[in-house]
Amino acid sequence: MDLRLYLAHFVLALVLAPLPLGIIAKVKALFAGRHGKPLLQPYYDIIKLLRKGEVIGEGTTWVFLAGPVIAMASAVAALALLPLGGVSSPFAFQGDFILCAYLLGMGRFATVLAALDTGSPFEGMGASREALFGAIAEPVLFLVFLALIGTASSLGEGALSLSALFNGFPVTAWMHGRPELVLLIFVMGVLLLLENCRIPVDDPTTHLELTMIHEVMVLDHSGPNMAFILYGSAVKLWIFSTLLIGLVIPPLPFPAQAAASLAGTACIACLVGVVESVMARLRMHVVPALVGLAGSVAAFVLILTLVR
Amino acid sequence: MDTFLLALLVMVAGALVTGLIALRPVSASTNRTANLIGPGAAAVACLLGLHGLFSGGWGSAESFLLPWGLPFGAFALGLDPLSRLFLLPVFVLGITCGLSGCVSLRHSDPSEHNLGAHWLFYLLLLLGMTCVMTARDAVFFMLAWEIMSLSPFFLIDFNDRDRLVQDASWVYLVAAHLGAVLLIAFFALLWQESGSTFFSAMAAHHPANATALFLLSLFGFGAKAGLVPLHVWLPEAHPAAPSHVSALLSGAMLNAGLYGIIRSFDFFGPATSMPVWWGWLLMAMGAITALMGILKALAQSHLKRLLAYSSVENMGIMIMGAGIGLVGIHNGSAWTAALGFSGCLFHMLNHSAFKGLLFLCAGEVLHAVGTVDMARLGGLQKRMPFLGALFALGAASIACLPPFNGFAGEFVLSMSMISSLKLPGLEQQIAMVACMTALMLTSGISAAVYAKAYGMTFLGQPRTHFAAEPHVPENRHLLPLCIPAAACVLGGLFAPLAFSMVQPTLDFIPAMHEGVVEEARLAIGQTEGLLRHISLFGWAGIGLVLVLALVRRVLLARRGVKRGPVWGCGYQYGTSRIQYTPASFVEPGARIFGAVMGTRVRSVKGEGLFPARASLGVEAPDVVRGKGYTPLFQLMERACNALKIVQNGLVNIYILYILITLVALLIWGVA
Repeated sequence: MDLRLYLAHFVLALVLAPLPLGIIAKVKALFAGRHGKPLLQPYYDIIKLLRKGEVIGEGTTWVFLAGPVIAMASAVAALALLPLGGVSSPFAFQGDFILCAYLLGMGRFATVLAALDTGSPFEGMGASREALFGAIAEPVLFLVFLALIGTASSLGEGALSLSALFNGFPVTAWMHGRPELVLLIFVMGVLLLLENCRIPVDDPTTHLELTMIHEVMVLDHSGPNMAFILYGSAVKLWIFSTLLIGLVIPPLPFPAQAAASLAGTACIACLVGVVESVMARLRMHVVPALVGLAGSVAAFVLILTLVR
Repeated sequence: MDTFLLALLVMVAGALVTGLIALRPVSASTNRTANLIGPGAAAVACLLGLHGLFSGGWGSAESFLLPWGLPFGAFALGLDPLSRLFLLPVFVLGITCGLSGCVSLRHSDPSEHNLGAHWLFYLLLLLGMTCVMTARDAVFFMLAWEIMSLSPFFLIDFNDRDRLVQDASWVYLVAAHLGAVLLIAFFALLWQESGSTFFSAMAAHHPANATALFLLSLFGFGAKAGLVPLHVWLPEAHPAAPSHVSALLSGAMLNAGLYGIIRSFDFFGPATSMPVWWGWLLMAMGAITALMGILKALAQSHLKRLLAYSSVENMGIMIMGAGIGLVGIHNGSAWTAALGFSGCLFHMLNHSAFKGLLFLCAGEVLHAVGTVDMARLGGLQKRMPFLGALFALGAASIACLPPFNGFAGEFVLSMSMISSLKLPGLEQQIAMVACMTALMLTSGISAAVYAKAYGMTFLGQPRTHFAAEPHVPENRHLLPLCIPAAACVLGGLFAPLAFSMVQPTLDFIPAMHEGVVEEARLAIGQTEGLLRHISLFGWAGIGLVLVLALVRRVLLARRGVKRGPVWGCGYQYGTSRIQYTPASFVEPGARIFGAVMGTRVRSVKGEGLFPARASLGVEAPDVVRGKGYTPLFQLMERACNALKIVQNGLVNIYILYILITLVALLIWGVA
């Protein structure tokens, strides 16, 4: 029964994944006083791209073609490790968060290599930035996981899987006198913006290649591969939203929890849209400082949980 | 054991024959013969050795004793699971590197290279490593250690007309001997205390000054393993050596240092009596070594030097694992101890596979293009697709990405650290968390390092005409490289099976004896179950990738794929020199970590309305070498030069010295 329920949630997540992108665009448009693109525009884009042919760069190899495929496959695989709509993943195991983080790392590695394969200076620039920011974001993500594990172990639970850690547990712990976990919401928020290339880290809609990170890496992709990239990044956004709402939503009975997590994802998309509308992009060399800030907050929380 | 002894005999016989060939005047025909006999003997010996490893049962212990005529020591061999595990990469890489070397040396010029001598020392290196990992007597061990340490000098010095190669071999020789001095002191102390040179007798004795012994073993063996600050020989020796030698040194010989550290836990008395700070020292040194190694690797643009620094990093990770094991034992936490040690050993196996593969690939690049300076490479994936695929595989494995073997090892180590969050004491937990963060940062940066290594060498457009027209190796010449490549893939997709090879060693890791073995076995069994999940995800991921690729192919079946110019911001006349270079790729990282890794970003900006010249370079001189060893050795040189006054070549003065000494001794004796 649980397995079937989880599969239903998994399919729902896969179907709804592009929607937050549409919500973000809509919120930004409303802020700017425009009507904006339709909410379902990401779907139209993906379908349109799937129906097109491809133009690939001269001198590229299979690495260029494999990048989007691997990135999307690893994002979907990582999604299958998360608790969805309050249902634990049937694939959950102790330490699955390590696999989840490294699967996303595999996707990033493949994207970076695909960008370098074109030999374009712009894509090299994006690859360099993405590789570096990815490297420094990884320990921060692990500090968040460790803080939750530390809390769990001090509350006498041996939970080491995403399904146990992000399934209402943080709020329960928070209610039992662990208010420091609230700070993790900020850290996860920064990570969400960083890993999904959102303002203030990266501006996916700018017209200037010099200031981009992720978008500049995929300049030369087209057709189905571009659709895979779009969809893969949508799934990645869904993954980070799920982690973030896992910190906020308390354990609820079944339909309420599912509804709450969907609503939470929509809220996060709105918030991202608001952040994108009211903030400017940070300068590139300030981004490591932001990651460092998030890392120190996470380390602070971790030490607090250990001290108790 | 019999086939194992036979393997030793074959190595000795091969060494004798190649030695005889080396003594004859060098000609094309002697070189050809040596290039046939050397790798042949190595391959036969290693196959016999592998048979010997597996035939007696992987988890069993055997021994062999043959007294020799010398006043002390004996030819005492032992094969326990720990020895078997460390011998596995020696033999597998022994075959691989032998075959690969045979291919790459087949056209060497007889006026420059004596291949008989080369293969003599190759076989001696194999022999030395095999004996080091099986020796059960201190004198025999040191003898084997010296053979193992000296023969690489001659192997590294292959291109001995090159000034840089000469320097590198000297650095290697000095480092190897400084380590050996500490080890001689280590065994001499043990001998003095226990009164025997046999390991078993030394282990039965509980030494009084265990801490001194531990530090001697840590730095003595650590010099071989490349522990910071004793790592300076690696980035010099590996780029200078022929690549099949670098692969063997990095994939098998560095492990001897780790083996020594773990084996010497035997001699320090009962495990629980070891102070916990030993474990913390190991972990701290391991963490520093790993971080420094990978940050240095990030800044390199010389591919083989990058790989050498990355070996430093990986040895650091393994030492960290051993440290976690010790801390776990001290706290009585079987889970932490078992996962720490097994993670360390598992990572050792994995590292041997991918580092061997990467060095051999680098060698093929050097052979094909004539340089491994990444600023001059690029575009090789298109020209050498098979080699590129092998390198990509090695890069993904060493960057610890699933589904390959590097991730499995990293997973076990991470789990050991996470389990240690339950250790008593806040300072222990915080220290463990700091080490875990260091490990995660290291693996994050290593992904960037290998994205750079593979991307700059194989992807993009060729940066020079050498890279545009490489001397493409035939695919059959790349077949030896498939052995470590297969290990990388299978070690990830069948991770539980690979991990189960490590399990029997735990009973034999001396520090594990104290009643925690049962619980440790349980922990290992559970981890094996977790690895089964990981390998399942590996298969699923590969399946998903194939399905998506198929979907793409079906979608494009009727619409087709066109090729067009790469987007250059509207500017169509760029050359391959507008690409990102290794220096520009790491420039943001060099700026962030510059203070730590001692890198300097050298940028000359174009000025004026029509800027002409601009350049960017990232330099990463080894701070330990430049600020530590160079002044130290210069000081020593000056001191030695000052002493030259006594050496003036006049015999009568020397007789005077003897007289003075005699008189002084007489006076001392009388007083």
